[in-house]
Amino acid sequence: MNMNRRETLKSLLLAPLAAGAAATAGCAPGARVNWTELPREYSYGRTEAEQQRDRELFAESWFSEHELVTIAVLCDIILPSDHPNGGALDAGLPDFVEFIVKDRENLKLPVRGGIAWLDSYAIAEFGADFVNIEEPQRLAICDRIAWTDVEDPVLRPGIRFFSLMRDLTLTGYYTTEQGLLDLGYQGNVANVWDGAPAEVLARHGLQYEPEWLDKCIDQSRRDIIATWDDDMNLTS
Amino acid sequence: MSAAETYDAIVVGSGAGGGMATWRLAQAGLRVALVEAGPWYDPADDSQRTQFRYPWESPRRGASTRLRPFGDYNACIGGWELDGEPFTTEPGTEFMWWRARMLGGRTNHWGRISLRFGPLDFKRRDIDGLGDNWPIGYEDVKPYYDEVDKLIGVFGTNEGLPNDPDGFFLPPPKPRLHELYYIRGAREAGVPVYPARKSILTKRINNDRGVCIYCRQCDRACSLHADFSSSTVLIYPAVASGRVDVYTNTMVRKVDTGPDGSATGVSCIDRGNRQELRINGRSVVLAASACSTARILLNSISTQHDAGLGNSSGHVGRYLHDSTGASRAAFLPELMDRDIYNEDGVGGMHVYTPWWLEDANLDFARGYHLEIGGGMGMPSYGFGFAANQYNEFLGQRVGGYGNGLRDDVKRFYGSRLSIACRGESVPQYGNYCELDPDVVDEWGIPVLRFNYRWTDQEINQARHMQDTMEELLEASGGILLGSKPGPERQYGLTQPGEIIHEVGTTRMGDDPATSVTNRFGQLHDASNVFVADAGTFVSQADKNPTWTILALAWRTSDYIIEQMQQRNL
Repeated sequence: MNMNRRETLKSLLLAPLAAGAAATAGCAPGARVNWTELPREYSYGRTEAEQQRDRELFAESWFSEHELVTIAVLCDIILPSDHPNGGALDAGLPDFVEFIVKDRENLKLPVRGGIAWLDSYAIAEFGADFVNIEEPQRLAICDRIAWTDVEDPVLRPGIRFFSLMRDLTLTGYYTTEQGLLDLGYQGNVANVWDGAPAEVLARHGLQYEPEWLDKCIDQSRRDIIATWDDDMNLTS
Repeated sequence: MSAAETYDAIVVGSGAGGGMATWRLAQAGLRVALVEAGPWYDPADDSQRTQFRYPWESPRRGASTRLRPFGDYNACIGGWELDGEPFTTEPGTEFMWWRARMLGGRTNHWGRISLRFGPLDFKRRDIDGLGDNWPIGYEDVKPYYDEVDKLIGVFGTNEGLPNDPDGFFLPPPKPRLHELYYIRGAREAGVPVYPARKSILTKRINNDRGVCIYCRQCDRACSLHADFSSSTVLIYPAVASGRVDVYTNTMVRKVDTGPDGSATGVSCIDRGNRQELRINGRSVVLAASACSTARILLNSISTQHDAGLGNSSGHVGRYLHDSTGASRAAFLPELMDRDIYNEDGVGGMHVYTPWWLEDANLDFARGYHLEIGGGMGMPSYGFGFAANQYNEFLGQRVGGYGNGLRDDVKRFYGSRLSIACRGESVPQYGNYCELDPDVVDEWGIPVLRFNYRWTDQEINQARHMQDTMEELLEASGGILLGSKPGPERQYGLTQPGEIIHEVGTTRMGDDPATSVTNRFGQLHDASNVFVADAGTFVSQADKNPTWTILALAWRTSDYIIEQMQQRNL
């Protein structure tokens, strides 16, 4: 998708589905359809073949504008922005979903077909495609398809699709800086592991076996070059 | 064109075996040509570095691709399928073949699990009457294991176990929280558990390499060179000696032989410009991986070696075997709502269970070990999928939307415990790779065709693995996830090749009629051609093969040096 199209989407007033759709004028009433743009240039130890593949993926246009806006509306419902750590749209979810669906061929059909199912269901229930019904109507549909224990065969395709969108939204969010902050993830930094904190062990009613602990690295000696005696005993 | 120099040794392949041979031969003063099909690689080079990347530095957040099947940040360039380099399988059989195309080969992604074979592992026929004994025993390899421990570094503990030998270990890291649950469960189930054994530097071993900084990313290759990769530990020092020329992006087609049947060099193709290249040498050390080495030998057809080099016995490619594998996971309610702290630790497990039923009467031969997984890892693609599926076990609904999902994600973060089993299969003459006469790769080299089927031994072993994993996961306080695979799925047994421990295609032996090399990895049919990869393994123990590849490659290299000193080569 080119930048013009992206910009168009960011500011658009939505047109209803064209031919065949119920002729309801509308503009995703009540929905936010702008989102934080994700980078399109990456550098993380790629081979030339990988760089080429990613260039092709970014150049490929797969979703229609209507589909992309539907994805944005769904992502926003699944993880809304009214949270200190931001929501799906603040984390650029539509850009991520667009990329990952192009990258993983087996997602293309379920997402496209899922959106089509959702629109047909919305039209049948409320007279317009999903993004062009009122917000309470959208949420009413989501309430029917968001829970996996619902055994209505008519809703089954919608439940499958909503689960997929929930998976993509959460994985897309929790792999961003906001997501790691929300989770509280502490790793991916140089450190010296010296066992689970004492208060954690206490809370779990666990302790290190003394004999086991005796065998473990004394981190105060980690920088002293290892030497052994002939009987395989560490002597440094 | 032809390389100007005639090398003392040409080493084909730069993984564990090739790296060790290159290092040792260069150290002894030999001039060495190291030939690698892929590019130069150094994880400390920022343009190749994937370590310490956050998930958002990749547009796919670390998801796997065909070019990086173990994830976008995995260091290993290669995969199950390579463009322009197919392989085939005989109908009704199956084989998965992982090939690396880079300096250091598969040592860039391996789990660093470094287990010596034990005395029993070299003499399995004596115990169960199946397969064959190795022509050598533990006592032959022990001095080399000792030297490998000290040169490369491996953490572990001396436990005095009969078939899991002690070593020159660095001290292990303390267990993580989920591993303490496993230890408690294993104690309850009467199953032994010990600190893991991995070639990761918990302590400094020299001034050239760093010490582990516990990022859990060994599979991304370490920019501090604090774990074992063939490139960082063996090849860079060898190259620094000035006695090694590395030919990267160079694919060996065949070993060339002279009128007396001995090798004169190798014929290659430069993958960059597609030009043919000939490299001359007094000896050739094949370490291209068990199957690739077999392929090169089978393609080295000459008047003197009309069935392929080293194949007068018809055994090249035979006895191909891989480790068995199965896995299972559980949800640990006691690990819900965790305190969040950095528990990355080293790459992979801190504790493991070696095979403990050597003397039991079972309906399968040989054993397996258990590898433990879990913890609060860094999110990547797939994190958050089925975010609140464990609600099922708490009597709550699964699914929903809205900010409540954030609480679900945090509630279940780090609450999963998994076990993977790795076992020993019984080598079969009828499991083999051969040249496919009808298919060549893009370099014009005939491709391999695989013929591999598991036997009841491996299938029964997998059933036992499943029972064991259920018992241990439940004893650890876990609620089992998924369903237990039954006979219709061979009890969850992995596909042949899937564990990437393929060995045996050029097995060693004293009888030239039933083996390809002698006990030093020297071809029976050509005295200046050697195999220094896992092709020489008569049987692959339940131990991961790398430490034994390294020890045997060192041993073979010492033999080459000795034979050259004695002017036999």
